[in-house]
Amino acid sequence: MWTWFYKLASPPYVYGVAARFAPWLFGAAALTIGYGLIAGLGIAPPDYQQGEAFRMIYVHVPAAILSVTVYSIMAVASAVALIWRIKVGHAVAAASVPIGASFTLMTLVTGSLWGKPMWGTYWAWDPRLTSELILLFLYVGVMSLRSAFEDPARGDRAAALLAVVGVVNVPIVHFSVVWWNSLHQGSTIVTLEGPKMPGSMLWPLLSMWLGFMLFYGAVLCIRVQGEVLNRERQSAWVREAVKS
Amino acid sequence: MTVGAREALFLILRRELRLSFRRPEQLAQPLVFFLIVTTLFPLGLSVQLSLLRDMAPGVLWVAALLSSLLSLDALFKSDAEDGTLEQLALSGHGLTVVVVAKTVAHWLVTGLALVLVSPIVGTALGIPTEAFATMLLSLALGTLTLSWLGAIGTGLTIGLRRGNVLLSLIVLPLATPLLIFGAGATDRAMSGSGVAGALYLLAALCVLTCTLAPFAAAAALRITLE
Repeated sequence: MWTWFYKLASPPYVYGVAARFAPWLFGAAALTIGYGLIAGLGIAPPDYQQGEAFRMIYVHVPAAILSVTVYSIMAVASAVALIWRIKVGHAVAAASVPIGASFTLMTLVTGSLWGKPMWGTYWAWDPRLTSELILLFLYVGVMSLRSAFEDPARGDRAAALLAVVGVVNVPIVHFSVVWWNSLHQGSTIVTLEGPKMPGSMLWPLLSMWLGFMLFYGAVLCIRVQGEVLNRERQSAWVREAVKS
Repeated sequence: MTVGAREALFLILRRELRLSFRRPEQLAQPLVFFLIVTTLFPLGLSVQLSLLRDMAPGVLWVAALLSSLLSLDALFKSDAEDGTLEQLALSGHGLTVVVVAKTVAHWLVTGLALVLVSPIVGTALGIPTEAFATMLLSLALGTLTLSWLGAIGTGLTIGLRRGNVLLSLIVLPLATPLLIFGAGATDRAMSGSGVAGALYLLAALCVLTCTLAPFAAAAALRITLE
């Protein structure tokens, strides 16, 4: 029953699985993001308070969720790689960093574009904004630490350790709007009373979120293939795979 | 001759302190840096004491952060370069003990010293005497936490040629909560509102790093030393 799980530690198996899954994930991502964009930007009614500008939510919120999710996945992969010495974990972590950093940057950019009409300013030194910016710095730190070592195996492990240490920032990002009375609004989707949003606005958002997850999975598959090939370039199976 | 872990810890601590006090000019450098940076702010901004007072906690904390970051270079570097660190790692007491001893020694000669000179800087920046207790306590907790974070950062970057910039890139993001709560506590003490919350959070961060950072820093050194 657990054999599929053990197999994930084997680079050729992961390479094959990633190659097989990538097109499906891209397809599913295109469908869900496509529906989300059409329904969210075209069909959903404008917000009674924010008007048309609220539509920024369909890019901003999924990107923000992904920025934290990708960091968590990267940290878990790093911990797995450090504890059980599974090299695929390093490959997954290394493949995730640029994607997560892009989502974080996207969150910051869309957030400040949304902030201008709503708050009257592009940037405020608000806990959630600041902690998201710190998340970006952490991504950059992990990325540059990995590349600073001449020995890639050492760089992998150093970056993995930093990723695990940086996990402390994840709850800070998540709870910042709860702990501090901040300018950024609280959660409207996940609350005890259920979503505070009508279905016509909510479904496109959930679809966008799912689409962003699928897109991350698809890009991860492509990038992991590259990372695995690069790491295993001395081995026989890579020569076979590249030849065919 | 075999020594217990506790004895080894005190032996390393004493060695570190003795080495630091043999070179007093190096001991003074972070402090002078701290004084210079805090002097630059009034020169660059304005000599209006009211304006200066509003910014004082932030200036104080940023200067403390930078000065502590600069002094981190001395934490493991010379010992790693001449092989002492490897010998200590092989001593059989585990790197964690070594890390604890070295970091505590580092905090005593840099962090604590910085706390002790901070009333001078505080007076110069116009922080009222009533806020000194909070300022001293928050700086003491904050600099100890910083030393631990720095130990992780230095451990990760020690073998690197251009490790210094990377070190700040790693340590500064992790240190931002300290800056927020530390400067916040001093700020609140100046305006006369309750400081317990911010101080508790600083203490919590301090306890968190004191208990977990030694293991993380030792793991980092194990990766970079090999």
